[in-house]
Amino acid sequence: MSEIILGLEGVGHSYDGVVEVVSGFSLGVGAGEIVCLLGPSGCGKSTVLRLAAGLETLQRGRIQLRGETVADGESGVSQPPERRNVGLVFQDFALFPHLTVARNVAFGLADLPEHQRGQRALEALAQVGMAGYAGSYPHALSGGQQQRVALARALAPRPSVMLLDEPFSGLDARLREQIRDDTLRVLKRSGAATLLVTHDPEEAMFMADRIYLMQAGKLIQSGPPAEVYARPNSEFAAKFFSNINELEGIVQNGWVATPLGPIPAAQWPSGSSVKVIFRPECLDCVPINGASGRAVLPATVTEVRFIGVARLIRVLATAENGAALDLQVRTSGAFAPEVGAKVGLSLDPARAFVFGPAQNAMQTPLAEPRSNA
Amino acid sequence: MADAVPSPLQVPKLRRGFARPSGWTVAAWIIAACVATPVVAVFSHVFLPKGDIWAHLYETVLGAYVTNSMLMMVLVGIGVLIVGVPAAWMVTLCVFPGRKFFEWALLLPMAMPAYVVAYTYVGLLDYAGPVQTGLRDILGMPDGLHWIPEIRNLPGAALMLVLVLYPYVYLLARAAFLEQSACVLEVSRTLGCSPTKGFFRVALPLARPALAAGAALAVMESLNDFGTVQYFGVDTMATGIYRVWRGMGDAEAASQLAALLLVFVFVVFGFERWSRGRQSFAHTSSRYRPLPRYHLRGWLKVGAIAGCALPLLLGFVAPAAVLLGWALNNPEYWWRASFLFLIRNSFIMAGLAAVLGVAVAVFLAYALRLHATPATSLAVRIAGMGYAIPGTVLAIGVLLPFAAFDHAIDRWAKATLGMSPGLILSGTLVAVTFAYLVRFLTGSLNAVEASLGKITRSMDHAARSLGRGPGSTLWNVHLPIMRGSLLTAGILVFVDVLKELPATLVLRPFNFDTLAVATYNLASDERLAEAAGPALAIVVVGVLPVIMLSRAIGRSRPGTGGAVEGAVP
Repeated sequence: MSEIILGLEGVGHSYDGVVEVVSGFSLGVGAGEIVCLLGPSGCGKSTVLRLAAGLETLQRGRIQLRGETVADGESGVSQPPERRNVGLVFQDFALFPHLTVARNVAFGLADLPEHQRGQRALEALAQVGMAGYAGSYPHALSGGQQQRVALARALAPRPSVMLLDEPFSGLDARLREQIRDDTLRVLKRSGAATLLVTHDPEEAMFMADRIYLMQAGKLIQSGPPAEVYARPNSEFAAKFFSNINELEGIVQNGWVATPLGPIPAAQWPSGSSVKVIFRPECLDCVPINGASGRAVLPATVTEVRFIGVARLIRVLATAENGAALDLQVRTSGAFAPEVGAKVGLSLDPARAFVFGPAQNAMQTPLAEPRSNA
Repeated sequence: MADAVPSPLQVPKLRRGFARPSGWTVAAWIIAACVATPVVAVFSHVFLPKGDIWAHLYETVLGAYVTNSMLMMVLVGIGVLIVGVPAAWMVTLCVFPGRKFFEWALLLPMAMPAYVVAYTYVGLLDYAGPVQTGLRDILGMPDGLHWIPEIRNLPGAALMLVLVLYPYVYLLARAAFLEQSACVLEVSRTLGCSPTKGFFRVALPLARPALAAGAALAVMESLNDFGTVQYFGVDTMATGIYRVWRGMGDAEAASQLAALLLVFVFVVFGFERWSRGRQSFAHTSSRYRPLPRYHLRGWLKVGAIAGCALPLLLGFVAPAAVLLGWALNNPEYWWRASFLFLIRNSFIMAGLAAVLGVAVAVFLAYALRLHATPATSLAVRIAGMGYAIPGTVLAIGVLLPFAAFDHAIDRWAKATLGMSPGLILSGTLVAVTFAYLVRFLTGSLNAVEASLGKITRSMDHAARSLGRGPGSTLWNVHLPIMRGSLLTAGILVFVDVLKELPATLVLRPFNFDTLAVATYNLASDERLAEAAGPALAIVVVGVLPVIMLSRAIGRSRPGTGGAVEGAVP
C-alpha cells in the first residue's frame, strides 16, 4: 500500500470529561486513497474527523500528517486547524455568503501572489465544472452547485488530506448519485488522502477503498467494502449494511440445523446456542413445484414490494417444530409470486453467518436499507 | 467541570477550543471587571462609617424616597401592562382598520425620553397652556378651571413613564403572542372558548413570562428615571442620590443611598431573568401557520382603535406636536450656532460610545464563540448586566474610583516629579464614555450575539481549515456577514446615549453641554419653549431605531430577530 498520509493512533476523546465518545481508535489513510468512516449517528465518527482537522484538541493518542505529529494527547501539542493544510467539506457546505464563488475558492490561497490566486481558483472551479459561475454569489446556486464549489474551495490549496463530513446528505436523492460520482472522480484525480464520514452504508460502499465501521466510539471492522459486506465480523456489522433474516439454533458437530438446511459452524463447540444470519438476497425463492437441486422449505407469500431494481418479498414458513418463520427475500429474478402464493425457499449455506448467543433481536421492517437518520 | 464525576477510565482533563489557554478569556474578564467597577465602588462605601448626613437623611427623607420609589415601581408596572398587553393582543390577533399602522406606530413613544414628555405635558396643561386657554375661551370662564388635574406629582410622573415605557411590554407581549402556535388557540376555540375567553384562558397564561419580563424592564427603567421625577419634584431614590451628593456634597451618603437603590434594582433584575427563564415552557408546538385573526365589529372595533390610538396619541403625537409647535414658533431659540455645538457634542459622545460599544460587544461575543467555557460565559454575562444600573448610581460609581485614581496619580506626581497633572480621568470624555459603555453594552452585546449566533460554526471551521487564524476569520468572514447587525447595534447605543440624562449631567466634561443636558437645564429654568429645539433633535434621531425595529418586527415570525432582542435587553 502507498505511504500513510493521515495517521491516527489510539485516539480517545470526551466532550464532558466523563463519557468517551471515541476511544482507542486508530486508522491510516494513504495517498490517493478514500477511506469511509461509517456508523450510526452519535458513534463518534464526526469527532474523529474534527480531531483530524484540529477543530477539537486531542486528549489521547496521536495524529500524524505527512509523517509529522500534529497532535499528541500526551504532550498536549495540538496544531491549530489553520496550520494543518487539510481540506474540509461540510454537510451544509459553509460557503461564505458575502463572497463570490471565485473569491470563496480563492479564500484559502492567501499565500499566493494576487494574479496566481484568481488563476488557481478558476482551475479548481473548472475541475468541478463550475468555472462558469465564478462571479455568482452562493445564494444563487443550487445545492449541488454549492457542494461542487465547496469541494473546489477545499481542493484549491492542494491539500494532501481531504476531510468530508456527510458531504452528500444535504442533497436530494437523485442529485446525490450524480454528485457522488463526480466527487469520487475529482478526489481520485487530486491524489489527496481522503477521509469521508457517512452514516449511509450504500454511500460508503460506493465511495470507499476501505471502510471503517464504528459503533459507540470504537472500531468494529475495517476492510474493503466487498469484504466488510460479505464477511461481517459481528451481528452489528451484518445488520448495518442491510436488513437481515435471523434464525436460532444449537451447534452439533460443527453444524447448525435450520429449517433451511444445515449451516457450517465449525468454530463453535457442540451445544452452543447460536444465531444464523443471512441477507434477504441470499435466500432463493422458487416456484413450489419447480425442479430444484436443493431441498426447499415451503412458504406462503404475505407481502410483495416492488422497488424497481428488485422485489422485496415477505414470506411465512413453518419449521418442523411448528414455529412460524417470518422471512424476507430480495430478488431481481423473473419469478414474481403474488401475495398468497405458495413458494419454496432455499439458502446457500456459504452465505449465511453464524454469531454467538442472541442479544436483543432487532425488528427489521420490510423496507430498503435505512433512510437518513 | 473535569472533576465533576470521577470516571473509571480516568479521562484526561478537558481542553477545549484551539490549544493555547486563551487571551480572549482573560480580556473578557478584564472587560467584565470594568463593567462591575461602578457597582463594586458603590457597595464598597456601604461599610464605611456613616456621617451625620446619613443619620439626618434616615430620620427625615429616606422613608419618603423609598416609599415614593416603590409606589412608582408599582404604578409603572401596572400601567405598562394595562396599556401594552391589550394593544399587543389586538394588533396580533384581531382585524380592524389601521391594524398594520398601529403594529409599528405603537413603538414610536420609545423615541421619546420620559423627561421630554413631562415637559410637554406641563406646557400643555399649564394655566397659560393651550388646553386651559382653549377651554377658558370656549367655556368663557376667565378664572381658570380647577378640575384640570395637577400632573406635577407622583401619579403624574408615573403616567409620563408609562406613556414611554409601555412599548417594552408591547414588544415582548407581541412576540409572545406571535410565538404561540395557532393550533393552541384553535384548539381552545374548538373546546368552546370564545375569543375573549381564549385570550384569558390560553393566550394570556402562555404569555405570562414575557409580560412579566417586559413589565420588569419598564420598572427598572422607572427606577433609573431622573429627569421626570426631578422636574415634577417627586423625591425618589434616584433624585435623592443626586441631591445628597450635589446639594449636600456628601459622596458617602450618596453612595449608600445608591447601594440601597441597587438592591431594589437587583430584585427586579432577578425577577426579570427568572421570568425569561420560564419562557421556554410557552413553546408548546413548533409548527406555525398564519395566525387566525378575529374580525372585530361595532363597538369592539371602535374600542380596538381607541385602545391603540390613545397610547400613540398621548405618548408620541401630542408631545411631538407640542415640541414642534414651540420650535417653529420660536426659531430664534435654537436657530443659532450654539445649537450646532450641542448637536456636535452629542454626536461626538454618542458616536464614540457607539463605536466602542459595538467593538467591545464583537470582541466579547467572539471570545465566547471561540472559548465556550463557563469562565468566558460568566465574564460575558457580567459585562452584559450594565443596563440594570441606574444612571445616577452609575455616575457615582464611576466618579468615585476615577477620582480616587486621579488623586493617587496626583499625589504620586507631586511627590516624585514635583508637579501636578490635574485631573486625568474625572470630568473628561473618558469618564462619561466609560459610563455609557457600562450601561449600553447590554444592547449592543445582545444584537451582536444574536447575529453571530446565526452564522453556522462550519463557516469558522472552513475559514480555519483554509489557513486563517481566529482574528483573520473574524475580520474576513464574520464582520462582513454581520455588518448590517453591527450598524443596528451601533444605532441602538447611539440613540440611548443621546437620550441619557443623569450620568451625562454629572460626568460630562466642564461646559460640555449635550442636547439632553441643554433640554434639562432649560426646562428646569421653566424655559420650555427654548428646550424644544434640542428635545426635538433627540426625538428625531430616536425615531431611527424605532423604524428599524418595526421593520425587523414585520419580517420575523416567530419574532425574535436580532434587532428586536437588541432593543430590549
